[in-house]
Amino acid sequence: MTCTEFLAMLDDVIDEQIAQETRAEIEIHIKKCEHCEVVFNTTRKTIEIYRSHEVYELPTDLRERLHTAIMDRCAKKKKPCC
Amino acid sequence: MSTIQPIAGDAGEHPDLALVERVRAGDLAAYDTLVRKYERQIFRIAQHITQNREDAEDVMQDAFLKAYEKLDQFQGNAKFYTWLVRIAVNESLMRLRKRRTSKTVSMDEDLVTEEGSVPRDFADWAPNPEQNYDTSELSDILRRTINGLPRGFRVVFVLRDVENLSTEETAEALGLSVPAVKSRLLRARLQLRERLSRYFRAGAKPAPLPQKSAASPAERRG
Repeated sequence: MTCTEFLAMLDDVIDEQIAQETRAEIEIHIKKCEHCEVVFNTTRKTIEIYRSHEVYELPTDLRERLHTAIMDRCAKKKKPCC
Repeated sequence: MSTIQPIAGDAGEHPDLALVERVRAGDLAAYDTLVRKYERQIFRIAQHITQNREDAEDVMQDAFLKAYEKLDQFQGNAKFYTWLVRIAVNESLMRLRKRRTSKTVSMDEDLVTEEGSVPRDFADWAPNPEQNYDTSELSDILRRTINGLPRGFRVVFVLRDVENLSTEETAEALGLSVPAVKSRLLRARLQLRERLSRYFRAGAKPAPLPQKSAASPAERRG
């Protein structure tokens, strides 16, 4: 397996959508190729960091204010069925 | 006696569908439940697209109102959440168009598909590199880094990797093909990795020093 082939499969590797046989090939490649190992680990870490740290939080008081506004506006509309 | 609502239908139907049916029958409380369930996600998605807090607040309200008004058009073959995200994405783009008074605001703007498609930085990262930054520093780094991506990459990454939509759902919510989502996702992930490497590579930032006494800008000369 070449680095280009590995890169083309990177997303599937990260998302664990790889067939058993290919997985073995990938593991062999990663063991031999330091660059691909770094790219794999740091890309996975990138996703993990974004998943576990909310970049935009909705503070509770703002959330409540917006929620009330939404429901008030909906209540003024006629019901959505026919 | 028992008036407990079934959680899901026989065929493993998504629990949102029962709520949608109740809203259609005029039960506003059921819509309250749906709004509460997804309001944070919709706000985050809107803010990622518009990059503006006030716009995100407006988009969030307008998207839920529009979804309520158009609920009769919702087809049960898609998830309610995916359908809602699609409305929020469109509302976000409309908001950007209004703000910019420019005719072309789309998901494809500034997309240079070749850029960042090949990794160049192979430095390994420090173990748990995020711990070298305090929460607000880290938020700042993550926000600036993701905001540097073209919108069409950013929103794919957010839907797929942050909000956990499947590739197919992301494609549906954005009106893109599955291969387009896959290609944008790979580039988004690689570009973010490359940009974050600056902060997270081993030795990029020494372990936090003890707090200095508040350094005043006046101490800086020149």
